[in-house]
Amino acid sequence: MMLRDHAIRYGFIVLLFGLIACFAIAADGFVSPQSAVFIFQSVAITGVLALGVTATLVVGGFDLSIGSVATSAMMAASYVMVVLEQNAVVAVIACLLIGVLVGLINGWLIVYMRVPDLLATLGMMFLLVGLQRIPTEGRSIATGMTMPDGSVANGKFGDAFLALGRHRFDFFIPNLIPVSVVVLLVLAVLIWFFLEHTRFGRMMYAVGSNERAAELAGAPVKAYKIWAYVISGVFASIGGILLAARLGRGDIASGNNLLLDAVAAALIGYAVLGAAKPNAFGTAVGAVFVGVLLQGLTMMNAPYYTQDFVKGVVLVVALVFTFALSGRGKR
Amino acid sequence: MGADAVFRVDGLRKSFGQNEVLGGISVELHAGEVTVLMGANGAGKSTLVRIISGVYERGAGMMSLAGEDFAPKTPAEAIRAGVVTVHQNINDGVVADLDVATNLTLDRLSGSGVPTLFNPARVRREAKAVADRMGLAIDLKARVSDLSLADRQMVAIARAMAHRPKVLILDEPTSSLSSAEADRLFALIDRLREQSVAILYISHRMSDIRRLADRIISMRDGVVSGVFDRKPLDYEGAVNAMLGRKIHLDRVVARNSAHAVLTVEGLRLAPGARPISLTLGAGEVVAVTGLVGVGKTALAETLFGVRRPLSGTMALNGKPYAPGSTGQAIAAGVFLVAKDRGENGIVGGFNIERNISLPFHKRMSRFGVLKRRIERATARRQIQDLGIVCRSEKDEMASLSGGNQQKVMVARWMAQDAKLFILDEPFQGVDISARRDIAAKLRASADGRATLLFVTELDEALETADRILVMSEQTIVGEHRNADIDLERLLAEVAGGPLHSAA
Repeated sequence: MMLRDHAIRYGFIVLLFGLIACFAIAADGFVSPQSAVFIFQSVAITGVLALGVTATLVVGGFDLSIGSVATSAMMAASYVMVVLEQNAVVAVIACLLIGVLVGLINGWLIVYMRVPDLLATLGMMFLLVGLQRIPTEGRSIATGMTMPDGSVANGKFGDAFLALGRHRFDFFIPNLIPVSVVVLLVLAVLIWFFLEHTRFGRMMYAVGSNERAAELAGAPVKAYKIWAYVISGVFASIGGILLAARLGRGDIASGNNLLLDAVAAALIGYAVLGAAKPNAFGTAVGAVFVGVLLQGLTMMNAPYYTQDFVKGVVLVVALVFTFALSGRGKR
Repeated sequence: MGADAVFRVDGLRKSFGQNEVLGGISVELHAGEVTVLMGANGAGKSTLVRIISGVYERGAGMMSLAGEDFAPKTPAEAIRAGVVTVHQNINDGVVADLDVATNLTLDRLSGSGVPTLFNPARVRREAKAVADRMGLAIDLKARVSDLSLADRQMVAIARAMAHRPKVLILDEPTSSLSSAEADRLFALIDRLREQSVAILYISHRMSDIRRLADRIISMRDGVVSGVFDRKPLDYEGAVNAMLGRKIHLDRVVARNSAHAVLTVEGLRLAPGARPISLTLGAGEVVAVTGLVGVGKTALAETLFGVRRPLSGTMALNGKPYAPGSTGQAIAAGVFLVAKDRGENGIVGGFNIERNISLPFHKRMSRFGVLKRRIERATARRQIQDLGIVCRSEKDEMASLSGGNQQKVMVARWMAQDAKLFILDEPFQGVDISARRDIAAKLRASADGRATLLFVTELDEALETADRILVMSEQTIVGEHRNADIDLERLLAEVAGGPLHSAA
């Protein structure tokens, strides 16, 4: 019994360190600051999205639109700067507004129109995938592109905006930590604190566990649910900003894997420390876990096309940890 | 009477683990008669029905149908043998997305000897035969999801009758019907009675029972506590047998109150119901009693801001009180321990400490950040106060007994001072010692607030309250000070007897 408890609680963390140890032995140069930073950088954007979707999982919902919110934000940022020739601040504000708006619409659909969460956000996903292509008639956005009316867009990405994707802070070693990693860490701490230590976060967990009981304890359940989708939308749009800053253009074809990777990270998070529930710390660990695994396999020359398979295996194992072993998924 | 019973249950027993739910039940059903089964929550009615309909296996005892041994292992077997049950949840008996004709013939769609291809014309022909036999006037092409609840109920019963059963069990069939809709159901039941079907009718509604019953069987605590088959039927006796009266060791000393906390004027809960007016005083414990479905929970939820009254006003300490949400009610000092804690109270993902702090996060936090130390101290104090048996405040709710879970629910709301403290069925699924503890705690802490209890069991009201109000048909029909109570009159009011129309 005790052993089982410990296996559930620390199993996944042990697995993570075991994995790091294996790669350290098998792959040269795996244990180095640069490698660590690279792992974090590779999971920064999906990590941010995963933290957002965690908020909706906490209230017992789900958000499938995060990937398309991120790509829409990326396209919007590009459009604002390249076509409308505005500065970085305007671009960032536009992106965040998109996140808030989509979150509100998702919440409204789910709470007031009673559309099941998966379907509402699936619909929103399709809507956004289409919407982001309309202004440029399906073209990617880059400086010097030809607009549908024949004119040439002469705006360009501001340096301040590009710095979000390219600047690196000094940390013992010069030019080590990229901005995106800092953003990930800050947001992770913020959402963790919000969910674990504020009364709002606590009530969100109550809503997710027993909505009726939360309502009878005086909580405005509908508002909490809508807020969860707004948080998810905003986080996804921040992910989109980072994506645009990294690419330096509005690439219509990028960001395809964001949704699945982010959801996988959040679900893997259920298994961390035997939480058996969505939690910010677990989500962050889940994202890093996937990053470590992929980085290690890449350094051991595993072909790129095995990546999705490996991610799927990890997710399934994590879900078995959560639901079968701990036996708390039955609720 | 005197005819041989079509269906006979003899000495039926059933236990779940340590808990004996049926302690030797014997019931007889006669052809062409409606036998009403009455019993409070937890009396074992549902268990009995589930055994008869083949959902549960019996523990001990015999059942026989038309003189032959009857021991169904599955619901399908029971139906084939001629015992058909229409369950309380109407939608369990029909498939909402199919049309009426298909629903009526659904049971002929599977099994051996059924053609593989679905033949709409044949289905409609067979459905029409079933509908005609039952006098069912519903468009056979209509989708069930478009029908009213009453029509769905009719379809469910007609579908059950397509098997030509000898015994039909109806489990609270009118619980979600209006009275006009119920009349149609009664006409259908009369028709079945003429066709010599033996009917077991489970209900709490006295008006149904008066209309239909040929015999009444009362159940209490897993045994038959009374059989009434002499006309005119003794309805009050049946209610009395169902609610029962044990010897109470600790009689309450009724208190009076001078200072009014809550006044309610002309509150109407349902269309057509008579308005409610009442006053609750400080320091007084008032129990509202009445059968299931008479509007007790509706009144509790109205006072707590879950639902709005159709008309009427409320005042709390002299100030107008019209809560628009549970949050507003709590802010005004009105707390509710809701009934059915699993559904409405316990947050399964939270431990004891977090379940207790749930409604009062705001008062336990600064700038939105919860103060864990205050939360823990509150939980420990409440655990001590109510004598909750647990290892620590970090225990999971699922590890507690029913009585202790209920104590946590009460402790949650006693952590702060209430002006009006409402408890809806606080003794449901609670063992006797926990029940005593909770009642004693309520009485001991009653000073300074008004306490309002909603209980179905009369005993519970007699044990805890200073004053007892009786509800029937969405309104209050009687009031008694809990000292030399006229139990005859109280029971008559519960049963909705003639005294009620004179009141």
